[in-house]
Amino acid sequence: MTTLIIKTTTRYLTALILTFGAYIILHGHLTPGGGFQGGAVFASGLALLIVACESDVIRERFKKVPLSALESIGALGFLGTAALGFMGYTFFKNVIANSGFPLFGGRTPIGINPGYLNTGGTLSYMNIFVGTKVLAGLTSIILVFYLLLEVRKDE
Amino acid sequence: MNNVILVNLPFIVVALLLAVGFYTIGFKRNLIKVVIGIEILEGAVNLFLITLGYVKGAYAPIYTMAPKEAVNNMVLPTPQALTLTSIVIGVAVSALMLAFAVNIYEHYGTLDVTKVRRLKG
Amino acid sequence: MRKALGLFAFIGFTLFLLVAVMSLRPFGEPVHTEMDSYFIEHAQAEASANNVVTSIVFDYRGFDTLGEATVLFTAVAGVLMTLRRREVKA
Repeated sequence: MTTLIIKTTTRYLTALILTFGAYIILHGHLTPGGGFQGGAVFASGLALLIVACESDVIRERFKKVPLSALESIGALGFLGTAALGFMGYTFFKNVIANSGFPLFGGRTPIGINPGYLNTGGTLSYMNIFVGTKVLAGLTSIILVFYLLLEVRKDE
Repeated sequence: MNNVILVNLPFIVVALLLAVGFYTIGFKRNLIKVVIGIEILEGAVNLFLITLGYVKGAYAPIYTMAPKEAVNNMVLPTPQALTLTSIVIGVAVSALMLAFAVNIYEHYGTLDVTKVRRLKG
Repeated sequence: MRKALGLFAFIGFTLFLLVAVMSLRPFGEPVHTEMDSYFIEHAQAEASANNVVTSIVFDYRGFDTLGEATVLFTAVAGVLMTLRRREVKA
């Protein structure tokens, strides 16, 4: 199923696509993007990997990657970050925004500014968790549809 | 009359896409073509949601390195947020429909809509 | 005969859609609500984000994102359960 063109192209393109997907997830509060879009781009990079390699290599390499655990971590982390607002306010309140927390807790200047990565509050944590969940889910779907082709050929 | 069609072009494209989607669902016999028709319908609805919020001559609702005259002149941001949710739900429904199509093909041996009618088997 | 009737109804439906689309507000002049003006004005002070759309999706309307994450999780679980293969014991 793989040809020479796909193998040569994948060797150079995969690292770029995965880095681009991670950049979109992390800078979700400054530029267009966010958790869902970055997760979809990352899953596209992994789908390119699945198409370009032999099927037994895929089978043994992907047994070590815990895709179900990643998806569960993403969902539970999203709920836990939302439940941080229970300490004094309502359910989804952004309690880290504009406070002094060292990770993603800086102050945003009002008006037009070149974006600073240290801002965002609970927005940035939610971006990371939702991005993990989406990439694990989409990669599982593509992997299951790919492994379906191999069962038919054995009979 | 000509100017009205040219200005409202996105809405006319939405109506044509809806017509194409409904034609594919109602008049085709292969199961994969019905799934493709449902996806065309979803694309038409997402396009309609986005074009509802456009303000003429305005800028994108982002403050990072925006031009000087974009502060009070932004596009409505709420339809864009709702379209994001709709796209992700469309992806989930399409994946589930295709999984069911694979199971139907293995059980009946054919993908013709008029032949998969027996309820017990 | 039935197919001709179906095609006739479909053409009538398409004409109805085109007439209905012409009677909306012209493209580019929507109704400015108070909600959108509030979101654009206060997104940097309250949600601490430069991107207004992301602050709407995750902070002002977070419940919709919670529902969507649940739908995605359920769909992935459904696909993985439908396409299971049992080992053939020879």
